[in-house]
Amino acid sequence: MSTATAAPAAKPAEGLFSKKNRKLITDPLNDNNPITVQVLGICSALAITVKVQNAVVMSLSVLAVVVVGNMVISALRNLIPGRIRIIAQLVIAAGLVTLVDIVLKAYVYDVSKQVGVYVGLIITNCILMGRYEAFAMGNKVWPSALDGLGNSLGYAWILVVVAFFRELFGSGSIMGLRVIPESVYATSGGAYFNNNMMILPPMALVIVGIIIWIQRSRNTKLIEQA
Amino acid sequence: MAFDKNSNQFTFIFATVLVVVVGSLLAVTYLALKPAYDENVRREKMQNILASLKVEVDRDAAPAKYAELITETALVDGAGKELEGDAFSLDVLKQYKDWKAGVVKDEELKYPVYKATLDGQTLFVLPLVGTGLWGPIWGYVSIKDDGRTIFGSTFDHKGETPGLGAEISTPIFEQPFEGKTIADETGAFKGITVYKGGTQTADPHGVDGISGGTITSQGVDEMLKRLLAIYDKYLKTQLVAVPVTTGPAILGTDSLSLDSMSITVDTTHTASLNNR
Repeated sequence: MSTATAAPAAKPAEGLFSKKNRKLITDPLNDNNPITVQVLGICSALAITVKVQNAVVMSLSVLAVVVVGNMVISALRNLIPGRIRIIAQLVIAAGLVTLVDIVLKAYVYDVSKQVGVYVGLIITNCILMGRYEAFAMGNKVWPSALDGLGNSLGYAWILVVVAFFRELFGSGSIMGLRVIPESVYATSGGAYFNNNMMILPPMALVIVGIIIWIQRSRNTKLIEQA
Repeated sequence: MAFDKNSNQFTFIFATVLVVVVGSLLAVTYLALKPAYDENVRREKMQNILASLKVEVDRDAAPAKYAELITETALVDGAGKELEGDAFSLDVLKQYKDWKAGVVKDEELKYPVYKATLDGQTLFVLPLVGTGLWGPIWGYVSIKDDGRTIFGSTFDHKGETPGLGAEISTPIFEQPFEGKTIADETGAFKGITVYKGGTQTADPHGVDGISGGTITSQGVDEMLKRLLAIYDKYLKTQLVAVPVTTGPAILGTDSLSLDSMSITVDTTHTASLNNR
């Protein structure tokens, strides 16, 4: 990450990428993944994973909102009055989400049309408030940034994987590029049909379920003891 | 005095400052980026108009191509009469919503028309707007200079079901419009019917709807019938404006067609009798 150079020095005893700090990034990718382990942000994982491009834009938007939000809240953590802390976090989150929405509309109009309303709904993404309240309120700016980065990357890779399968089987393309040739389709004489089920939200849940299954069979410490 | 971040006073101050700072930040960004956004919307509109003329350009190239092809615009009223005003800047979707909400009355509705010259032929681009299943649907249909044959069409929607109603914005739905007519030979208005079950696509005034997208298809059908009826009146005035032999010829065929029709009826009648 390029932000590493600009980051303020942490405690002298602790390096910028100490083992503890690295864990902040790597943990959410697997052991503590926001979607498959914490089961947060599922709604958006269902809604915008029809196409890989949408998933990527959504992930980047969430990344921006979580990382910047985490840093702002962490910087203000000693000022935010306890009684209105959730509302203060919400104001910051809402502000950032709206900012992202405006920027998308101005610079990547096509994409903003497709992800449309879902960008506004980032505000309801539980990962946001979860990280703000659980981490940023009690940690320094730099670890908070790393935590935000780790969690949004953990969110992003699940989203992209789900979108990959949904776009491949639902539309026969990846990132809008045709992967399954037009000629094998029933409409042009072949025998292949796109799976319409893939386009509908329930399939995203099934794919997330399969990912959770694979993850837990490889990472046995995630399995709950009965 | 020790600083107490949980005092009522500080809570108030903090909340106020936070909201003002976030609010002004948003306002500044919005104002700074609004021109870029508006330009995107404007270009997309041009792109859609061009798409109905089967001219595909990317958004950056749209303004130049638009200026090249669209020679004239007009704003017409419900009776097909031309009005004063700029056609391009009229937001038909907003007008449609206001009309639905009762804010705009029937007689106040305005209908934009774009006249294009493509490869020497004059084409009329007609904007359409209606309601699908989840939200608004809209499109552009271009009509040839005979005033009734569809040259091309494009449709779009806000949030129809992907894979079902959303298919109206794909060529599968749009292409069959080409060559269909909104009026028959005598000039009687027929509109375009979107059929459920594509058995009647031989109909010169009908196209196949989207399976599984019944409500969206019905929305397209309603929008086509409602607006093409009005544009039909306007298109007829445009045809009279170039009075070659159309005026008298129509009268002639009218009287003729009555005769020929009665004859046709007779023959079919006999034919069916014979078959029995």
